[in-house]
Amino acid sequence: MNNLHDASSEERDGGSVAVDVTNIAGAEVGIPGVSPGVDTVIRLGEFHTFEASGERFGYMVPSAAVFAFDACASAVADALADGPRTIGDLVAALGPRFRADEVWDTLGELYRARAIDEDRVFKPAPKILPLTVIPLQTLVVNVTNQCNLSCEYCYEYGEDKIVDTENGSQPKFMSEETARQAIDFALRESGKTAMVTFFGGETLMNFPVLQKTVSYARARAAEVGKDIDFSLTTNATLLKPDVIEFLANERIGVTISIDGPQEVQDKFRVFSNGKGSYELVAPKIKALLARHKARPIGARVTLTRQTLDVMKIYRHLHDEMGFWEVGFAPVTTAPQRDHALGDAGFDHLLSQFRVLAQDFLQASLEGRHHGFSNVRETLQEIHQGHAKAYPCGAGIGLLGVSTDGNVSLCHRFAGSDAHSFGSVTGGVDREKQNAFLDSHHINNKTDCQTCWARPICAGGCYHESHTRYGSTTGPNLHYCEWIRGWTHTCLEIYGELAVKNPGFLRQFDGADDEAPQRH
Amino acid sequence: MKHLNAINRKAVRVEAVTQPAASAASATADVVALQNSGQPPQQPEGPHIPPGCSIVFSPGWEADRTGGTAGLCQPVERDLFDCHMGCYWPAQVPDQLNHAPDWTAKCAAAQKDWRKIDLVFPG
Repeated sequence: MNNLHDASSEERDGGSVAVDVTNIAGAEVGIPGVSPGVDTVIRLGEFHTFEASGERFGYMVPSAAVFAFDACASAVADALADGPRTIGDLVAALGPRFRADEVWDTLGELYRARAIDEDRVFKPAPKILPLTVIPLQTLVVNVTNQCNLSCEYCYEYGEDKIVDTENGSQPKFMSEETARQAIDFALRESGKTAMVTFFGGETLMNFPVLQKTVSYARARAAEVGKDIDFSLTTNATLLKPDVIEFLANERIGVTISIDGPQEVQDKFRVFSNGKGSYELVAPKIKALLARHKARPIGARVTLTRQTLDVMKIYRHLHDEMGFWEVGFAPVTTAPQRDHALGDAGFDHLLSQFRVLAQDFLQASLEGRHHGFSNVRETLQEIHQGHAKAYPCGAGIGLLGVSTDGNVSLCHRFAGSDAHSFGSVTGGVDREKQNAFLDSHHINNKTDCQTCWARPICAGGCYHESHTRYGSTTGPNLHYCEWIRGWTHTCLEIYGELAVKNPGFLRQFDGADDEAPQRH
Repeated sequence: MKHLNAINRKAVRVEAVTQPAASAASATADVVALQNSGQPPQQPEGPHIPPGCSIVFSPGWEADRTGGTAGLCQPVERDLFDCHMGCYWPAQVPDQLNHAPDWTAKCAAAQKDWRKIDLVFPG
């Protein structure tokens, strides 16, 4: 067969998305070699297998495609597990169970999926730089860097902070003028819809500016003919009735940072005098949930070594308080801190997540809503089959703005000169952006090249890596096992749903553009 | 595919992109008059044979091997390869066996790179 003009060469040349580095574009039809014969040696390609609902599946790397294997494909995969062999040998070995033409057919299909390959040398992911400018999706505006709580683990105020927010050069509160400039910037850089997330510090400490900015933004968006959408994250301490009224009327998405029931919340989320914040925030959250029905309200939990009872936290926040969704994230901190999660902590966390994920599965099979947002987000990524060159949208579709109007990689680096990408008045510094994307591409992360989970992880959070290792460029090696374990669990759940309730997965078909941003 | 079942959206794309040439889609999509409407394509899926030469008796100019029009003879760049490799035309292109083995080395994808195929001078 002459591959010079096979049908896939057009797809091969175009249609690649910068962030999605799937290798299918390079796929060619056929079995290795010009005319594969019984002497052709074949071996397994790179993929991760998992079982669900009695079926065998493969998660292909690096394409991130998920295929279900039939008995013959499964037998071929098993027969090749110990190493390469010739097709003749393979057909003979499988002879008692499968006809030769069946095996040949299967080999052709496995090759198309890249589950078998000529070799297993690492094929670098495409690197498409400089980027064609990707419109801004989300702008995270840090309206203040001040906070009325003194959470011990805080990355902004605690021992691991990047920017000096107490004595630094930046204003403690964003001015109305800077906020307007940030809105203009967002509308300029975005596509049809600009998503603005207000952040802090404690966001609501600058409520007056926030309020004026929203009405300014709505008017400007109407002038330029774009849609604009708002959300914010808050610790709930300042949710006064007029604030709740405003958030509900303006349909502003709200995420509450809360760690769980009183004994959990009060361990780290404390005022400067050490007093816990649960008693103050609980009634305010209930008032918000009762009034603000326009959008689902989520809780965002920080997990530490001392507060790892995921099930209990979920039950309290979802069942008792009434949050629509609960998302969990391990604390970002240097390893020597008391609250840091060690290896045992990550193991424990994984077993807890698995229990809650089973709960999610059960609810989803019965068509009920379940609020465990971590599993929902991962299922969405698996369903789309994203193969990432970068762990997240930071620096691409998501940027952060500090109180002085500096634009940075993301909100967690807001105000850091070393991670600045320009300013709201001067625009994005494309040269810096490209240099960043060049040095942070998955191909540079040597440790990731043998990991089957790299299409979904791509090395993990830049900020986590910066806090642990002092640099954003390296992968987060301290949680590799956890990522693989968790991805495997989510794949199993995905497989179960694909077999038993495929309709459930349809909700993720078009959800690509509305993927929630993690903070 | 029969032995693998595409589950997620990327798998569906992989399946579509790696579809053997002259896919069934082109057979059902156009030149309905040449087909039994509503029936599956007449010919079983086979290897891609370059369309368009009277010597190999493929219909070529009017319809492709599935009876559709998606795989008709293409001008210039397509014929260059189809004809000199699968057809009677070897005299008109450089002798790739002996004198010009690298003649198409710069042409990775004919549709895109055919301009890179240069003249060959004897010597």
